Amino acid sequence: MPRWSIALSLALMILISSCKRQEVSQTAPSQGGKLRMVYIPKNTGNPYFDPLVDGFRKAASDAGVDFTTVAPATADATSQLPLIEDQVQRGVNVLALSPNSPDALNPALRDAMRRGITVITVDSDLTGSEDARTAAVLTVDPQTVGQSQIELMGSLIGYKGKFAILSATTDAPNQNLWIGFMKDTLAKNPKYSQMQLVEIAYGNDEPQKSTTECEALLTKYPDLRGILSPTTVGIAAAANVVEAAGKASQIMVTGLGTPDQMRRFVKDGTVKAFALWSPYDEGYLAGIVGPQIAGGALKPVPGAKFQAGSLGPREFRDNNIIITGPPVTFTIDNIDQFHF
Amino acid sequence: MIPTPYAVSIRRFLALLSFPETITMILLIAAFAVSASLSPYFLDIRYLLDSTSLYMEVGLMALAMTLVIISGNIDLSIASNLALTAVICAKLYSSLGVPMAVALILAPVIGSALGLANGLVVTMLRLPSLAVTLGTLALYRGLAQVLVGDHSIGHFPDWFTGIDYRYLGPMPMPLLIFLGAAVLFALLLHKTVFGRCVFAVGTNELAAKFSGIRTGRVKLAIFTLSGAMAGCGAMMMLSRLSVARYDLALGDELAVITTVVLGGTDIFGGRGTILGTALALLLLDIIRRGMGVANVSAEDQLAVTGALLVAAVLLARLSAGIGRRVSLISHR
Repeated sequence: MPRWSIALSLALMILISSCKRQEVSQTAPSQGGKLRMVYIPKNTGNPYFDPLVDGFRKAASDAGVDFTTVAPATADATSQLPLIEDQVQRGVNVLALSPNSPDALNPALRDAMRRGITVITVDSDLTGSEDARTAAVLTVDPQTVGQSQIELMGSLIGYKGKFAILSATTDAPNQNLWIGFMKDTLAKNPKYSQMQLVEIAYGNDEPQKSTTECEALLTKYPDLRGILSPTTVGIAAAANVVEAAGKASQIMVTGLGTPDQMRRFVKDGTVKAFALWSPYDEGYLAGIVGPQIAGGALKPVPGAKFQAGSLGPREFRDNNIIITGPPVTFTIDNIDQFHF
Repeated sequence: MIPTPYAVSIRRFLALLSFPETITMILLIAAFAVSASLSPYFLDIRYLLDSTSLYMEVGLMALAMTLVIISGNIDLSIASNLALTAVICAKLYSSLGVPMAVALILAPVIGSALGLANGLVVTMLRLPSLAVTLGTLALYRGLAQVLVGDHSIGHFPDWFTGIDYRYLGPMPMPLLIFLGAAVLFALLLHKTVFGRCVFAVGTNELAAKFSGIRTGRVKLAIFTLSGAMAGCGAMMMLSRLSVARYDLALGDELAVITTVVLGGTDIFGGRGTILGTALALLLLDIIRRGMGVANVSAEDQLAVTGALLVAAVLLARLSAGIGRRVSLISHR
C-alpha cells in the first residue's frame, strides 16, 4: 500500500479526533445534572457480584443516580486497567470497583481521583495504598471472618482432624487476609489445637481449576475431614467434587457461598452449614456512599457517621473504611429465607 | 496487446490489495469509523494517545515477533520472558541493592540471554520452535513464580515509575519509544542484508542454506532479538504498573501473535512488514477503546477481536493470491 495513503488516513484520523475534543469534554461531566456511577466487579460470570450489582441498582434508583456496570473477562491483576481508563473517559462521577490487585491499579486510580472522580473500593481494599481511593466499603472485619470460619469448620468436624483450604487466586487480597487470621486463630486458641490445616490450594475462582484442585486434595489426603473454601466459586466446586466422590459424610465442606448457589447441596445434605454477609447490602451501601461523597453531602473522614438508607447508621472507620455488617450462617433451617 | 486504461486501473487496484498491510489499513479505517459512531466519548485525541500506553509492551514484543514469524518460527515464551526479566530486575533492585539504573540496562541483556537459550535449543537440537518455546513459556513463568512466589515487589524510585504519565509534547513516552523502535526494526528488516536473510530463511530454509546463508546464526540472532524486546517491554511495564509480579503480561504472547498476524504477516513465514504490525497494534487499540467506552461487554469484545483475526487471515490469503496473479500478469 502506498505510504502516502497510509500517512494521509492516519493524519485524517488524528485531525478528526482533535476537532471533536472540545465538544466532548463540555458534555462529558454530567447529563442533565444527574450523577453518573459505574461499578467494575472482579470478572464476568462470577455469581457473587450479581446481588452486589442489584444493591447498587437499588441505591442508585432511590437517589436518582445513573448507574452502569462493566466487568473484565478475567480476574488477573491488570485486567481492570483499560476499563478504569474508559470509564474516566466517559466522565463518570463515581467509580466503584472490586480491585483484582492491591497495587497494580493504583497509578490509574490516582489519576482518576486527580480528575475529580470519587473512587470507592468495594469488597476488597487497596491495603497499604489507601490514598488511591476515596473510601472503601468492606464486608466484615477480616478478623471476624477468619475466627468465625475456623469456628464453623471446627464445629462441623468436632474440632479434630485434617482440613484444607481452597482459596481464590494466590494474590486475592481478601482471601489472603482472612486466611492469615484463620492461621492466627488456629495457632493461638487451644480450642482448635487438634485441627490441622494440611494445605492451601488455589482454584483461581474458576470452576474447572477449583474442581481439579479439589480432586487433587481428596487424592492426596485420604483422611481429610474438611474443606474450607472462603470463595463462592471454590465452595460450590468443593461441594460438587465431594458429592460426586460420595464422601459427604466423611468430608465437611464449608466456607463462604451464596444461598442460591448452595441451596441444592444444603438440601441434599452434602453441605451442613456455610456463611456469608449480604453482598446485596454491601452493594447497596456503596451505592449510597459513592454519590453522596461525589455530591458533597458526605465528607469521607474517619469517625464521620451517616444514615445508610434502610441499613441504618454506619460510620467511617480508620482509613475511611465502612463495614457492611456481621456474617450470617446458613443451614437447612434458614436457607429458604435468603434469595441471592 | 495494449492494455486499456480501465484494465490498468483494475490492475493498480489489485496490486494495491496485494500489499500485506492493505487489509489492516482498511480494517483500521473501518474500526475508527465504527468506534466514533458507537460512543461520543471516543473521539478525543488526548484519550486515544494516552490509552496507547496500555499496549506498547505488546507492541515492542510484536516488532520482534514479526521477524520471528517471517523467518518461519514462533516464540511463545516472549511474555513469560518479560515476566521473568521484570521479576529478576526487581529482585536485583530490592534484595541485592543494585541501582535501578543498572537494572534498567541489565533488563535487555537478561531478556536476550533467555531468548538466546530458546535459539540455541532450536538450532543446535534442530527442534521446532513451537515445541521449544511452548516449554519455555511454562519454564520462564514458573521460574518467575519461584523467585517471588505470590508477592509483589514494588517501591521503585520515582524517576523510574510512571512512564505512561511522561510526555514529549502531546505524545506519551511509551508510544514514542514504540515508534522509535518500529523505525529501527523497519530499517533492519527491509533495508539490511540481515533483513533479506530473515525473509530467505522464512521462504525456504534449505534454499537459503544452499545460497550460503548461515541460517542457524540468523535464527539465533532473531530469537535473541525477541528476548531483548521482551526485556525492554519488562522495564516499560515495571515503570507503568510500578510493581513486579510473576503474572505480569500473562497470556500476552497471544496478543503479540494476534497483532503480527493481523498486520498481514504470513504465519507460515516469508511475508510481512513492520508497518503492518504497527498498524495492527493501532487497530487493536482502536477496537478495544471503541468498544470499551461504548461499554461493550468483555465477552462480546473477545468475540469481535477473534472474528477480526479470522477475517484478517482469510483476507490476507486472498490478497496474497491476488498478488501472485498480478505479478504473473505483469510478467506476461
